Amino acid sequence: MTLSATPLTPEIVSRDGNAMVLSMGPQHPSTHGVLQIMLEIDGETVVTAEPEIGYLHTGIEKTAENLFWSQAQTVIERMDYLAPESNGLCYVLGVEKLLGISDRIPPRAQQIRVLIAELTRIASHCVWLGTGGIDLGAISGFFYAFDLRENVLDLQEAAGGARMHPNYMRVGGVNGDLPSGFLPKLDDLLAKLPGRMRELRGLLQANPILQDRTIDVGILSAEEALQWSLTGPALRASGVAYDVRKAFPYSGYDRYEFDVPTRTEGDAYARFLVRLDEIDQSLRILKQVRKDLDTPGPVMIDDTKVAAPPKETIALSMEALIHHFKIVSEGFRVPPGDVYQSVEGPRGELGYYIVSDGGNRPFRVRTRPPSLYNLQALKGIAPGNLIADLVVMIGSLDPVFGEVDR
Amino acid sequence: MEMSPGHFLLARLDDVARWAQSTSVWPLTMGLACCAIEMMTVTSPEYDIARLGSEVFRSSPRQADLMIVSGRVAQKMAPVVKRLYDQMADPKWVISMGACASSGGIFDNYAIVQGVDTIIPVDVYVPGCPPSPDGLLYAVNLIQQQIREGGRGGILARS
Repeated sequence: MTLSATPLTPEIVSRDGNAMVLSMGPQHPSTHGVLQIMLEIDGETVVTAEPEIGYLHTGIEKTAENLFWSQAQTVIERMDYLAPESNGLCYVLGVEKLLGISDRIPPRAQQIRVLIAELTRIASHCVWLGTGGIDLGAISGFFYAFDLRENVLDLQEAAGGARMHPNYMRVGGVNGDLPSGFLPKLDDLLAKLPGRMRELRGLLQANPILQDRTIDVGILSAEEALQWSLTGPALRASGVAYDVRKAFPYSGYDRYEFDVPTRTEGDAYARFLVRLDEIDQSLRILKQVRKDLDTPGPVMIDDTKVAAPPKETIALSMEALIHHFKIVSEGFRVPPGDVYQSVEGPRGELGYYIVSDGGNRPFRVRTRPPSLYNLQALKGIAPGNLIADLVVMIGSLDPVFGEVDR
Repeated sequence: MEMSPGHFLLARLDDVARWAQSTSVWPLTMGLACCAIEMMTVTSPEYDIARLGSEVFRSSPRQADLMIVSGRVAQKMAPVVKRLYDQMADPKWVISMGACASSGGIFDNYAIVQGVDTIIPVDVYVPGCPPSPDGLLYAVNLIQQQIREGGRGGILARS
């Protein structure tokens, strides 16, 4: 095959003849993915930083248009691969709105959705904690954080059948009830989590080296953060308490008590602390959801036009067989219209603008990826800082490139 | 290798060299997509790739023996992957991790290279989306086996 030429060779001398233009990435251990940054540097100081994205462009939105509504969810979950279930949840909520079945989702399905979404948030923040520590040279934090993530992934695997992309959320509910033995495992994790968080905080939060590297690095004021359209922990670290779970509650989040952790400093350390506090808040939500989960109930909507009927009825009922065949062979149809649905992903406001032309495939699935908007701010906060601090700033914005490039 | 009655350890130099080489396969730090997270997970305590001597992820291709193509290769990234492979010193090995790297996976579209073996030679393919860390460990095991059997990896094996 032929390979198209990419501008990989940087200019050595810049416009004014003093600064040097340096290419950082796309293969670089601390860019958290395939990000290239064209840096104009004066000695060790960054003059301008121009992020160059698109090295992971996958055409997910285009591919989704060629798949059934339920199949499209498979590719959509591969966008933000640290929190696949947040993507899945947002997409199914949007499709449910278009179908007009939002208020008929069984309560147990909604509780399980909240449970999985919060577990995903913890897993995602664990990856960020581990890799953010490695950027600063704190390797041991990685082992603790990934060990904790492993516990969360075990639960996700038990429920959905896969470690990373379980595809557990479905239009109309979730794919099957929680398996036996899941709740005791969940109880174990909930009992263990506070202790593990204390360990992590002791290792990282109180670490003077980490504080030296992150305090007063990459400061964003509240106005700047809003101007750059930041959302999620990066915005809350600048003092704006915007959380989609509070502002536009979905899946029954308004039933649970939790705080929105904020800081006012707006530096990398504040973003770090906000994420740690978010794990504690997720734990609070999980404990409340856990109480609800003892009550059994259906986990899928009782509507054979959207969800396939239960397997055991197929051998007994002709209608069930026909509905099952229709759902499997040609999917379901969604009335024409468009909808914007957003959820609070681990990185911020994750949104989908979904357009239907009445067919069994989406006409358009446009994503609002929080990582892309958060990454933009790098251009604003990098100038004037040292190259070594650039690594900290990228890490503190926590971009995921599957989502940035899509 | 065999132990003689006089307690001398006799071995062919080739075998010793291959044993040493196979237990110090250093991968290149090159994360592409979802699989990169599972690639990081193999270094975590639960899986601990250090048991195989491959925990030393090198950021420079000059110091790496093994390229793990961890995820989908976009058309824009393909020249970069090719260049990194060319920069690695022989002998070198390639693991194609996951469905996307091996065949394009579910992304049969304009943006994704339909299999990284169209641009670089691949020694071991790992199925899965993403493969479990155990799958990647097994792939490293297979690479070690190839080295012990005298394999030279990649282009050298094919020449």
